[in-house]
Amino acid sequence: MSRIARRFATLRQQGRGALIPYVEACDPDFDTSLAILRGMPAAGADLIEVGVPFSDPSADGPTIQKAALRGLKGGSTMKRVLEMVAAFREGDDETPIILMGYTNPIEAYGPERFCADARKAGVDGLIVVDMPPEEADLLAGPAAAAGLDIIRLVAPTTPDDRLPVVFSGASGFVYYVSITGVTGTRTASTDELAHALPRLRRATDLPIAIGFGIRTPELAANAVSVADAAVVASALLNTLEATLDANGQATARTVPAVLEQLRALADAVHAVRK
Amino acid sequence: MTCPTIRQGLVFCRHPVQNRLTSGQGRLHDDTIEPRTYSCGVAKLSATDTQAGANSLRSGPDGRGRFGIFGGRFVAETLMPLLLELDGAYRAAQADPEFRRELDYYLKDYVGRPSPLWFARRMTRELGGAKIYMKREELNHTGSHKLNNVMGQILLARRMGRTRIVAETGAGQHGVATATVCALFGMKCAIYMGATDVERQKPNVFRMRLLGAEVVPVTAGAGTLKDAMNEAMRDWVTNVHDTYFLVGTVAGPHPYPQMVRDFQSVIGVETKEQIMAAEGRLPDTIVAAIGGGSNAMGIFHPFLDDPEVRLIGVEAAGCGLDSGRTAASIERGRPGVLHGNRTYLLQDADGQITEAHSISAGLDYPGVGPEHSWLSDIGRAEYVGATDQEALDAFQLCTRTEGIIPALESAHAIAYAAKIAPDMAEDRIIVVNISGRGDKDIFTVAEHLGVKL
Ligand SMILES: Cc1ncc(COP(=O)(O)O)c(C=O)c1O
Repeated sequence: MSRIARRFATLRQQGRGALIPYVEACDPDFDTSLAILRGMPAAGADLIEVGVPFSDPSADGPTIQKAALRGLKGGSTMKRVLEMVAAFREGDDETPIILMGYTNPIEAYGPERFCADARKAGVDGLIVVDMPPEEADLLAGPAAAAGLDIIRLVAPTTPDDRLPVVFSGASGFVYYVSITGVTGTRTASTDELAHALPRLRRATDLPIAIGFGIRTPELAANAVSVADAAVVASALLNTLEATLDANGQATARTVPAVLEQLRALADAVHAVRK
Repeated sequence: MTCPTIRQGLVFCRHPVQNRLTSGQGRLHDDTIEPRTYSCGVAKLSATDTQAGANSLRSGPDGRGRFGIFGGRFVAETLMPLLLELDGAYRAAQADPEFRRELDYYLKDYVGRPSPLWFARRMTRELGGAKIYMKREELNHTGSHKLNNVMGQILLARRMGRTRIVAETGAGQHGVATATVCALFGMKCAIYMGATDVERQKPNVFRMRLLGAEVVPVTAGAGTLKDAMNEAMRDWVTNVHDTYFLVGTVAGPHPYPQMVRDFQSVIGVETKEQIMAAEGRLPDTIVAAIGGGSNAMGIFHPFLDDPEVRLIGVEAAGCGLDSGRTAASIERGRPGVLHGNRTYLLQDADGQITEAHSISAGLDYPGVGPEHSWLSDIGRAEYVGATDQEALDAFQLCTRTEGIIPALESAHAIAYAAKIAPDMAEDRIIVVNISGRGDKDIFTVAEHLGVKL
């Protein structure tokens, strides 16, 4: 069983939902982002998304755009991202790591080599924002060969008759983009979520994570009361950004501030009994 | 920013554009990149042949929106259902004679088509070689070829019941064309434009605002067309319920490259008829500037199956093809995925997109339409570069000899035509696509010539 499947199975046994925080690689530098990544499990992260910086994150809002730029300035390359995951794995063999990014850096690295190296580094799953099922053949073979889960995105605009297309070849879990929009902007209402989830449950047995616009402990708790996991990205990145000095460098506050906020989110998520 | 080598002062010499071409057909590849071979082109062609007949080069894209390995639909899932809907709506419109009739009406009485094919007598004499004809797209309403596409898409958006339009723009010509049809049909309009371009294309910004559009300056990245495209896509994904994304060139996810090409093909269709009427034969060479590639695709496409016609796309070589400051995606890029399609891109070894540079805002884009990438790989069209300096010189040559002030974009095509014409026999024919008029560029040109306006 993969780390992702194992983690969701354990959570289900315990009657709990999952918190999935996001950290952008090399934001604002390699060591800081690695320190955040390493601190996340103890702060309550059940799975972790590691953002792979890309110069043109066209599905992301201003917060992640800025984080990606800081990551690139901080020396991020695909090689560095994988080194970061490998360094994390030295001390944690349980928490699933999902890389989230765009197609081009993967294509530039070479899909086969990328999947093999990602697996070696300890990556468990991939979310490729601009790779819908129609284009998934680029990664499907290499990912399967390396034992990496391809996590599919599903949106409010995805009609019912398209759900089987989206879920074919999906594994690990399903990521529900809860709003039509970019990351870090609007928040889906409880009503919208209550309406959306049964529709997805009818089409898949995979665990469902909700992302986009979850910024407070209440919203996170709300999300896991209907879904299996909540993804929090922009809220943590905003906190990180607020701790940087005038030159955009990390300060002594950076790592603790992000992890404190994560702990508050995790407490709220874990208080929900399922 | 200007290139260090730009000459100041007006050019009065007789053959101002005889600078040596720095380009070769050879591509510069970064050493750290593993060579990969792509299967593409001819072998896959037969599978895509439909109405255009066996062995036609005009039948692409295939069902997945691909031209060989290029094209496709690399977008977030939120947009995918919209692209499928758009594809369906476009097919239905294409099959509907009423749509064609409506479009023809607007093209004739509003856009002002057909545009003339002008024999550039003085320029021909001055260069001393092949006969140069100019396809006068600058005479269209709003001053460029952009309105051909915009007219088609706005009618489609109306059929689809959309009430709000978003678009990206570089030089502002596509933005002006879009704002124009939004005024014509009373639709809401938001135009995303890089902050750098807002600065260097002020007349067009004012024009768009007069037309009632909201012009949103984009400060991300270098503040040029690529960044405007990102921001327009973000707007679209946020406002999917009422908004139509009106892409301005043959790029973006399928079906945009196909649709924009089809709407722009009126240029080539007319050119074919007009040159037959004027000369009784097809031209030897067609030259067009390449930004995203829509004016070039429009004039090339009807000639793809006429192998005797040489098709030359002129990319912006900026400060020189090997200067590191170009917008020559085909000549200096490698295949990758950006803005919804796979195509040649300027990028670093890690797959990060690099900034393009051109004196011309409309060519300042690190990518190119996927069909051009394919035409380049299969060798049906050639892609070359013209530098900022060569474009400036050609801008003046055209103005001085023909009384036509071309857009700086189009000046790149003129520069290359002027380079090859003297080496061609006098009975040879070159058609240059004058994609737009240069009024918008006089400030930029004046600055480079050291003239204060
Ligand atoms: C006059 C003119 N020509 C050419 C272009 C380049 O676009 P494309 O390559 O799509 O024709 C532009 C773009 O703004 C333009 O305004």
